[in-house]
Amino acid sequence: MTASLNARNVVAALIVVGLLLLPLYAQFSGNMFVLTLFTRIVIFALAAVSLNLIMGYGGMMSFGHAAYLGIGGYAVGILAAEGIGSGFIQWPVALLASALFALVIGALSLRTRGVYFIMITLAFAQMAYYVAAGLARYGGDDGLTIYKRSDFSGLINLSSRVQFYYLCTGCLFGGIYLVWRIVNSRFGLVVQGLRSNEQRMQAIGFPVTRYRLVCFVIAGTMCGLAGALLANNTDFISPAVMYWTRSGDLMVMVILGGMGSLFGPVLGAIVYLVLEEFLSQVTEYWALIMGPLLLLIVLFGRGGIMGLLGRFSRG
Amino acid sequence: MLLVVEQFLNGLQLGLLLFLLAAGLTLVFGIMDLVNLAHGSLYMMGAYFAATFVAWTGSFIGGIVLALGATLLLGIALEFIALRHLYGRDHLDHVLATFGLILFFNDAVRLIWGPAGLALPLPAWLTVPIQIVPGVFYPAYRLAIIVVALAVALMLYVVVMRTRLGMLIRAGASNREMIGALGINIKLLYTLVFGLGAALAGLAGLMQAPILTVQIGMGENILILAFVIIVIGGIGSIRGAFVASILVGMIDTLGRAFLPDLLRKILSSAAASTAAPALSSMLIYLLMAIVLVVRPEGLFPANRR
Repeated sequence: MTASLNARNVVAALIVVGLLLLPLYAQFSGNMFVLTLFTRIVIFALAAVSLNLIMGYGGMMSFGHAAYLGIGGYAVGILAAEGIGSGFIQWPVALLASALFALVIGALSLRTRGVYFIMITLAFAQMAYYVAAGLARYGGDDGLTIYKRSDFSGLINLSSRVQFYYLCTGCLFGGIYLVWRIVNSRFGLVVQGLRSNEQRMQAIGFPVTRYRLVCFVIAGTMCGLAGALLANNTDFISPAVMYWTRSGDLMVMVILGGMGSLFGPVLGAIVYLVLEEFLSQVTEYWALIMGPLLLLIVLFGRGGIMGLLGRFSRG
Repeated sequence: MLLVVEQFLNGLQLGLLLFLLAAGLTLVFGIMDLVNLAHGSLYMMGAYFAATFVAWTGSFIGGIVLALGATLLLGIALEFIALRHLYGRDHLDHVLATFGLILFFNDAVRLIWGPAGLALPLPAWLTVPIQIVPGVFYPAYRLAIIVVALAVALMLYVVVMRTRLGMLIRAGASNREMIGALGINIKLLYTLVFGLGAALAGLAGLMQAPILTVQIGMGENILILAFVIIVIGGIGSIRGAFVASILVGMIDTLGRAFLPDLLRKILSSAAASTAAPALSSMLIYLLMAIVLVVRPEGLFPANRR
């Protein structure tokens, strides 16, 4: 693979530089809202990147990915409510809980294929949603306010907007790097092989489900991290984070940006959330424009924005 | 005893209502291979049309007939304008496009009818309680839902199993390419099936409307239930959808009614009252997970080779 100067790589580089320089712009222009907006975007981009690992590269169309956002968030929220404020405990618990959840539902869901897989992951996410709504001690339906952000004892201060933004961006870049390494490793090649032809991979002698399951767990854990970040960003966690429309949002981001491309989900998250923000400023009825726009993108722009860019640079 | 009979009927009523929704969804899914998340929007539109037309005409039955026609037309228009171009595409494309349609419909409703919900008042003759067995009264309207839904289910059975159109529909569900190759006008069949599914969803929505309020997003919760049902029943199978609908309706209703008492016998009452609501909401998803783990293709797989 040679990195060449095509439209996709230019866009990827622009995203990296843009995200890194954003706080500077916010400081100079005094427009701190941009930083708030992009902190949210970067967190959702991380979730979308993790979904892209299983959906784009692994061919596993999970419609319950928002469950991990909730699990990571609730791990932080519940521990904070119980008086354990240290991020060194909260975050590993968030990651572990997400990984365990992914392991259990992955082991069951991966017995099914295609639409049935979409639906069973959705069912498990809905179960998680109802469990959270039933947690009367932790706010139930109304959610749980987190009064103090995770404490990393002087290492990093999550209450500083700029520091928190860079932490989120660091996590995002770390996630992208991890996905890049995975995709280009032997393990990643097997997973991608499974996407294109399961029978052949099985015939060659790969333990099909085990490879898929490991990939599923990695993605779930990564999204759990996004959940922990999200809870810290909003100082609040509620079951609504896990509702199926949220999983739908994540899927839209991945497909919009371009499945199976490294920076596609990031671009998708940026475009989707900025568009939402922009349109909701123009009109109260922003979804009236957003909805048909999504339809048009599906009808005319196969492969998402990255796919369009790829075609554009090929001439 | 009284409570049991009542809850049993409630379960049956919910199940039949879900069947109306699931039947259209499973047909569209089975025949066009289209994942239509916007099916819940058609359910919502049915309810809104009914509330509007009933208020406009002043007649309950007249309004409902008009609303059914309007939903049918809307379904056909939707298929013609948007969904027709999605056949044969990836399921993910369907999810994205129809997710966009949900956004569109929710905001369109907010623009036209405003953010507050509507009420669909019942005429006096449907509000009286009816004695079904000595000592047990049941609201006439809920009974009417059961009767209408059963009649529609029977009609659907006759159409699908005993007519030429039904034969084509079943053939389409088991092998799409083949009936095209045999010279059947697939485009027309698809539009018809989609219109039928839309009308059924609209019927479910408008029948539910007097019980719940007519509001934005009302189709989203129930859509997921309908998806659970068609997955349990096996995609494309009307029979499976029927069995699964009744099963889900019963389990959901009876679970909500009796699970708290059952739990209280095992757990402390405080623990039971926190666990029961979550557990009873989860029951159907649990059922689906179990069915899929045991039979990954659902109870009645439609396209067996």
